[in-house]
Amino acid sequence: MSTTTSTEPIVKGRNLVKRFGSVTGLNHANFDLFPGEVLAVIGDNGAGKSTLIKCFAGAHTPDEGEMWVRGEQVSFRSTHEAREHGVETVFQTLAVAPALDISANLYLGRELRKPGFLGKVFRQLDKKRMKREAGEHLQDLGIMTVQNISQAVETLSGGQRQAVSVARAAAFGSQVIILDEPTAALGVRESAKVLNLIQDLRDRGLSVILISHNMPQVFEVADRVHVQRLGQRAAVITPKTHSMNDAVAIMTGALEVPESEQTLAAENRHNPSK
Amino acid sequence: MSAPATSDYNLDEEFAVKRTLIQRLQITLHRFPWLSSLLVLIFVIIVFGLINERFLLPSTVSLMIQQTVIVGTLAIAQTLIILTAGIDLSIGSIMIFGQMLMANFAVYTTASNVLPIAGQNPWVAILLGILAATAAGAVNGFLIVRFNLPPFIVTLGTWSVFMGLTLILFKARTIQGPEMPEQMKLMGTSFPVGPFNLTLGVVVMFAMYLLFAWVLKNTAWGTHVYAVGDDPVAAQLTGINTKRVLFSVYLVAGVIMGIAAWITIGRVGSASPNVDPMLNLQTITAVVIGGTSLFGGRGAVIGSLLGALIVNAVEMGLSLAGVDQAYRITAIGILVILAVGIDQWIRKVKA
Repeated sequence: MSTTTSTEPIVKGRNLVKRFGSVTGLNHANFDLFPGEVLAVIGDNGAGKSTLIKCFAGAHTPDEGEMWVRGEQVSFRSTHEAREHGVETVFQTLAVAPALDISANLYLGRELRKPGFLGKVFRQLDKKRMKREAGEHLQDLGIMTVQNISQAVETLSGGQRQAVSVARAAAFGSQVIILDEPTAALGVRESAKVLNLIQDLRDRGLSVILISHNMPQVFEVADRVHVQRLGQRAAVITPKTHSMNDAVAIMTGALEVPESEQTLAAENRHNPSK
Repeated sequence: MSAPATSDYNLDEEFAVKRTLIQRLQITLHRFPWLSSLLVLIFVIIVFGLINERFLLPSTVSLMIQQTVIVGTLAIAQTLIILTAGIDLSIGSIMIFGQMLMANFAVYTTASNVLPIAGQNPWVAILLGILAATAAGAVNGFLIVRFNLPPFIVTLGTWSVFMGLTLILFKARTIQGPEMPEQMKLMGTSFPVGPFNLTLGVVVMFAMYLLFAWVLKNTAWGTHVYAVGDDPVAAQLTGINTKRVLFSVYLVAGVIMGIAAWITIGRVGSASPNVDPMLNLQTITAVVIGGTSLFGGRGAVIGSLLGALIVNAVEMGLSLAGVDQAYRITAIGILVILAVGIDQWIRKVKA
């Protein structure tokens, strides 16, 4: 179990249940993400897609069920624990501190301290190194020039903020990146930029979970599409085997796909539509 | 609206855009919120200096700085709390509690309810006073963090509670200066610095401002204080233990109140339970005039020192100009509203 082959899921969930009082968010849901793929999670409002990914992000703890990351069984009580297992999340709200600058935001919650006495005793931050490395991360992803690194995040445009959040998720040796509705608040051009970024992340070998309402975008970038319905996994399809109309039909329960027609195992890519 | 065409997410072009003088001012003030209070302080000094030359005499300036010491020190605690988008109404009441505890532990008086443990070594008494204030801050923090109660309500309650406790434990008796050992009044020791006359309390206050300015800017804790005040949900999602940060802020505020208690005994020369019931509001005034936002997440401690100095300078200047106290209070009130108005305007930068 410990060795992760290409057909072994990097993130796996079985029989996940999450209740909020009398509301059931997840009702014995299963989930599989394979290494190096973009898996889109779609579903109607209240289907439990946000709840599902928040379990893997560490923001929710499931009431029942089991989760594995890279073959290791896990139980996250905080986003911090998820990160330690290489799972980073870009939340819909982006989780940035608007008044702080880009480098402070990139390192929020895992600041670098100065080496030696100043760092250990006075706990002084290594601001220079944080700025320099933040600049490198952003440049690496081709998102921003270095001289803007000490700009407050609130002065950035929506797409730029999104880019800062994505860079933060990708910067720390993570293996799995969860993106919750990354383009919901963006215009067409900025959305295109973010979609490029997602494909770029996959090309670097990262595994990406993409939550989205935007069907054309999902079918453009995803290798496989996980359709969530009534707190369960209704089907897993690919843009090649099924159409957007099929996806909508599955979401609403009008279409049921037998398991033999689903794509539950890793898909041989790459997505030719790129 | 004028988001760049994001060809390469390059902001340089955006900076090249010509801005009006007012816009530039707005952006500069946005980056350095305390700058406006510095300008106001300079303006106030020039105006009152022109009106009455006695305003700029070293003795007047010395007195002004010395008068700032109580509110100024407490304003550090208030700034930390307001940065987390909280507020502390109990600040004066806890300080008085700490002060009376110090004095009553150091002096043997029959009026006190703590007779059995009174008559301590003055250093022990001072330490106990600071610890008591720290514990009081911890009570605030615990109630706010553990039960998710709004800071306004919690500290409104503890404001009353600690005022009551002070009266229950130590009665309403003022402990006069001559009764107390010298160490208790140490912070009032004055010495000349050039033409000015400063006290040890003033030096300690300045040192604490430097310390907290450094800590807020250069430690992860400082960054987290801003992040928690800015957007607590976001802070939590990035893995910051927001509850621990919040609790620690109230705890540290308690320590500052304890030190302020010692400074107050030195400044006033006695320990009285009726120092000034409005201290809590005065610290908020100083913080707000100093450019720290009541919505949390932006501001700097140094602004609060400027804010406290502005309030004192305006009071002093108006009184030297022969203006009645009623008008002075009115002027301070207008100043507060102006400060909040300016803060709102600054926050609108590139919204």
